[in-house]
Amino acid sequence: MEKRVVFRSAWLPYALLAPQIAVTIVFFFWPAAQAVWFSFQLQDAFGLRTEFVGLENFKALFADPHYLASFRTTAVFSALVAFWGIAISLLFATMADRVLRGALAYKTLLIWPYAVAPAVAGVLWAFLFAPSIGIVTYVLKRWGIDWNWIIQGDQAMLLIVIASVWKQISYNFLFFLAGLQSIPKSLIEAAAIDGAGPMRRFWTVVFPLLSPTTFFLLVVNIVYAFFDTFGVIDATTQGGPAQATQILVYKVYYDGVKAADLGGSSAQSVILMAIVIALTAVQFRFVEKRVQYS
Amino acid sequence: MIENRPALTVLSHAVLILGVLAVAFPLYVTFVASTLRLEEIMSVPMPLIPGDQFLANYSQVLAAGGTTGSKAPVSTMLFNSTVMALAIAIGKITISIIASFAIVYFRFPFRNFFFWMIFVTLMLPVEVRIIPTFKVVSDLGMLNTYAGLTVPLIASATATFLFRQFFMTVPDELAEAARVDGAGPMRFFWDVLLPLSKTSIAALFVIQFIYGWNQYLWPLLITSEESMYTAVIGISRMLVGGDAANEWNLIMATAILAMLPPALVVILMQRWFVKGLVETEK
Repeated sequence: MEKRVVFRSAWLPYALLAPQIAVTIVFFFWPAAQAVWFSFQLQDAFGLRTEFVGLENFKALFADPHYLASFRTTAVFSALVAFWGIAISLLFATMADRVLRGALAYKTLLIWPYAVAPAVAGVLWAFLFAPSIGIVTYVLKRWGIDWNWIIQGDQAMLLIVIASVWKQISYNFLFFLAGLQSIPKSLIEAAAIDGAGPMRRFWTVVFPLLSPTTFFLLVVNIVYAFFDTFGVIDATTQGGPAQATQILVYKVYYDGVKAADLGGSSAQSVILMAIVIALTAVQFRFVEKRVQYS
Repeated sequence: MIENRPALTVLSHAVLILGVLAVAFPLYVTFVASTLRLEEIMSVPMPLIPGDQFLANYSQVLAAGGTTGSKAPVSTMLFNSTVMALAIAIGKITISIIASFAIVYFRFPFRNFFFWMIFVTLMLPVEVRIIPTFKVVSDLGMLNTYAGLTVPLIASATATFLFRQFFMTVPDELAEAARVDGAGPMRFFWDVLLPLSKTSIAALFVIQFIYGWNQYLWPLLITSEESMYTAVIGISRMLVGGDAANEWNLIMATAILAMLPPALVVILMQRWFVKGLVETEK
């Protein structure tokens, strides 16, 4: 789509674009190019000498069991976050779409966690689950469950999944609610007249019609679990215990900032960039499809 | 309502009430903890009824911060967070609205090239270019400055898209009329386009304010002086060790203070918030 009526000026459009383009070049393209460049280099321990090593950093990464474990951790973590975040918010949205009384109050009370920073969400849940003083830990111990996420990797993973899902429910909920409200009531009425009960109607009519929203949210939630949960992890487990919660983004940060391994961290950055590009491409193909349908 | 099923309605309310309570539970415990003495929290199980230390804890963190770990006053951190959130929200909206104006209302060489350049930034989140971006900011002498906290984050593909989308729906007749009346492009922008964009701007503002307020990785990298900490960073800096060593009552008071401004923005500007959320993700 193009505008029929346009203005003419030899310099004005460039001046209007200049701030955005300048920020983009200085803080996006230049650093990204450097990340690619560094990923082909090896620095000695004192940062005095750098040497071009081609794909050595990448080879070293894929031979490193910690890096491969980080891939698996990320996959498990993002699958859990996406699945539970979507399932729970779909349940809430379906219920909120049914009720007439108090719908706005429910909505307001369910969306506020969107405003909570991931790091703060992590601190809140870490406090509830704190091994010695947490209130939830206390209840779990009464039930005979030995809870200590500082030592046990699975429990640390569970903690960051809970905190991340809790923060993301509000977002998914709003999109599902909007999706549900755009489903024509006549379709559901027709199914009801044909004798389909509420469960049957949900699985055969509503859920298939929601599939574009669900797919969109799946991609968004995976991106969220990959990148935005950095704060949750850094404020709670810091990748531990024994790297049980070290997702890819946390490892880039840890190796680059804490361990000062420039080449290895940059190679990981490059791999992450490839993952983001793939995810964005998937998202956009989906957006194009949705436009065609509507 | 398709049919009347009282049992199902009751079930819906029950699920929603349980959901609301489960979602609110961490917030409630946080608030309670922020009104207790440290000894009361340490005596397992901690009480679940607010204590009498509300004023003491909150005035302590606002004026002087924690007593172990970070000692920066939380009022300074809240100020820094406000500056960061406002500068990012206003900066993003400003540079994006003029960029989309140029892309939609002008024809010029490399127009599509610039558009794609902005678009590609979607694929380069700060998390994947941590160290080189840090280096650039450090070379420019912007560590521990407000400029360093905000300028690298104000490029926005989503905001540019949103405004472009919106400008496309503005009738051509308006621009034509402006041109016939002899108004230049900037006059048209100020007097016609900007007033029409008010709702889009409000929607974006809510989303970007929260985005800016909740930034974590970026301020963590570039602020090393306590006077430049944001509230979110301040909380993680107050966590000094094992869970029994932390001053949980003060940390929780800080957490409440750090959550309050963005939560108020979401609740009070709910209409624009929902609009902004749905539209920026299109």
